[in-house]
Amino acid sequence: MKVLGLILAGGRSEALGKLVHKRASAALPVFGKYRAIDFTLSNMVNSGIYKVGVLTQYNPRSLMDHLGSGKEWDLDRKHGGLYILQPYLGMTGEYWYRGTADAIFQNTTMLRRGDEDYVLIGSGDHIYKMIYNELFSYHFEKGADVTLVVKELDDTYDIKQYGVVVTDVDGRILEFHEKVENPPTRKAFLGVYFINKYLLLDLLYDTVPSGKYDLLLDVIVPNLSRLRVYAYEFNGYWRNVKKGILEYYRINMDVLKREVREELFLKNGKVYTKLKDYPPAKFTGTAKVSNSLVSDGCIVSGIVKNSVLFRGVVVRAGALVENSIVMQDTVIEEGAYVRNAIIDKNCVIRAEQSLIGDFEPVVLEKWMVV
Amino acid sequence: MKNVVALILAGGQGTRLGVLTEKIPKPAVQFGGKYRIIDFTLSNCVNSGIYQVGVLAQYRPHLLNKHIGIGKPWDLDRKGGGVTILQPYSTLKESVWYKGTADAVYQNIEFIDEYKPEYIVVLSGDHIYSMDYSEFVYYHISKGALATIACMEVPITEAHRFGIMITDIDNKIIEFEEKPKKPRSNLASLGIYVFNWNFIKEVLIEDAKDESSDHDFGKNIIPKILSTGKVYAFPFEGYWRDVGTILSYWEANLELTRPIPPFNLYDPNWRIYTKSEEMQPAYISETGEVRNSIISEGCEIHGYVDNSVISQGVIIGEGSVIRNSVLMTKVCVGSNVVIEDAIIADNSVIGDNCKIGIGKFAESKYDKKVYDSHITVIGMDSKIGENCEFGKNVVVGNDVVVPAGTKIESGGFFFSGVNEK
Repeated sequence: MKVLGLILAGGRSEALGKLVHKRASAALPVFGKYRAIDFTLSNMVNSGIYKVGVLTQYNPRSLMDHLGSGKEWDLDRKHGGLYILQPYLGMTGEYWYRGTADAIFQNTTMLRRGDEDYVLIGSGDHIYKMIYNELFSYHFEKGADVTLVVKELDDTYDIKQYGVVVTDVDGRILEFHEKVENPPTRKAFLGVYFINKYLLLDLLYDTVPSGKYDLLLDVIVPNLSRLRVYAYEFNGYWRNVKKGILEYYRINMDVLKREVREELFLKNGKVYTKLKDYPPAKFTGTAKVSNSLVSDGCIVSGIVKNSVLFRGVVVRAGALVENSIVMQDTVIEEGAYVRNAIIDKNCVIRAEQSLIGDFEPVVLEKWMVV
Repeated sequence: MKNVVALILAGGQGTRLGVLTEKIPKPAVQFGGKYRIIDFTLSNCVNSGIYQVGVLAQYRPHLLNKHIGIGKPWDLDRKGGGVTILQPYSTLKESVWYKGTADAVYQNIEFIDEYKPEYIVVLSGDHIYSMDYSEFVYYHISKGALATIACMEVPITEAHRFGIMITDIDNKIIEFEEKPKKPRSNLASLGIYVFNWNFIKEVLIEDAKDESSDHDFGKNIIPKILSTGKVYAFPFEGYWRDVGTILSYWEANLELTRPIPPFNLYDPNWRIYTKSEEMQPAYISETGEVRNSIISEGCEIHGYVDNSVISQGVIIGEGSVIRNSVLMTKVCVGSNVVIEDAIIADNSVIGDNCKIGIGKFAESKYDKKVYDSHITVIGMDSKIGENCEFGKNVVVGNDVVVPAGTKIESGGFFFSGVNEK
């Protein structure tokens, strides 16, 4: 059985504010050296899917830069490999992707050309580790037409921001409630679809030309009674970086927990990302670091607590960084004080200056100097 | 530099690194947290714009082959040129090992000729330094030389360990002495050469016929070609280390942890490339503390680390103290362990409450020549049980299991099978 992977990475997210002014949400830096899309991409490769299309639209430069030829994921291949699917100008018209279904519909050639029988559709914004093969077996066991991955969300998730499913005892999805107050269950859809390729083509041709563009709400949900749509339950760590700045901040802080690190990095294969060839991190005599993630290329002379330092961050002597996320190549100079902040790439916090966030972390855009 | 082929000599065992090179050649020994020694020379090649590289391997080459592969991390996976690993081979008539550095190049004349180079750069795969070889080659060209030797001023007291050159005011080499007892100059050869290819090819063919020759560049070739009057010295000023002994290897590693290290790994214009395993960033816990150290990706530090080089994927348990030590990849240290002045090779496991490198120096009972310093060395894939106590200058072999509670005094050793010598 061959599976084609598709990653939806084109969406815009207002909730992320300054963090996505110059990048797609799938290209958001997470956990010191990764970008959000690395997780879904690595999951696919770790599950033996070596033909992956990434559908992009919004601010794709940094994402393109990151993916390159796909060699970090072993996707620089003669057969299959990485395909970047951007909106294009055609003979019949020019359209942006008007929705997820439309995005795939505009690339049906990719579906028709290959010898794959199934399509796995994921999102570039989700942080989780999963080997999909068990999902495939479940799909066949149930004789399903479509399988959606779901998870019972606990109260650390704002349930009204997610779509939830109601299933029968067998796991077949009966109802779908998209982002409602007081949903009937807490079983949320995680944005992962598994579907027969030809069925997907049929469904797309049935809906998209008549002006319905959303894969979930216009293609799958209206067909719940006609198709056998099953819910596959995933119990591991799963988060969506697109839900807002506070959620993005919390996800990054989650990695300071041992069990999260173990699940994300040590189980179910590795997470691959673009290499930067930085030397290992260096700690000088005045460094004091506790409960923090420190990436390659960092030079730490100051105090760092409960923080995530990305590659190449410099924290000079006397500086204090607390509860913060500091992205690549940012410099925190002598005596500066940073608390509850998200500092984007290549910023400088000048000596003796402070940057303090309160309830919601303060965000500093790329290339800023304080 | 399309007209230059670089040849990296990486065949030596490096006997003076003891257990560290029992299973792998010296160029493949880990260095500086995430690198292997050969990375520095390979990176110098690509940073100097030399993309035609041959690596001459002989001693236990498997790990080296795996590390270099098709040269991807160095951008040496190319259509034209790239990196080629050159191992000894058999022919219709005979099959021979590389008999010396010059013989190794001689046996690969065909490989070099393929590129039709004007110059070859002969390098050593076991030095730590950064050098722009393009400057070196242009210097060679500007002097109209047939051969140029990179050299460095060393303390006169150290000079007897090197090939020493006596030059005239124009840096032309007048005399060359290999490891002289009474050195007359402190200009030492670094074992890094540029040759005009057509010239040296003839010399190598001549030398190969000479039964009495050791086929060594320093010993045989250089003295022979001095008479041409076109052999020059290229003065190199900068950081250069031959990490050939346990002490020099340990020192060169710890030099990286200084506040302003003599060798800069962090130069964005002169990156050192390597093939490293994909790992998550390092985590320092609430109980962890790190000072004056290098910590690589994948580490989990719950103890205290001071003045040490910690490689990828090392785990250090709570209450443990690591001082003045080099821990290679995936070493796992339990809790309440004390490690001082030690080198611990990859994948070794140190049980809880062990004390390693305590007490005073004593002469090695195993091999005085190799283990001549206070450093305790533990080989790869070894397991040290709980509550062990090792003194200074102790050596533990590769793949051994040391039972819990074992005490080894300074200068002692532990190998599987040969614990009585």
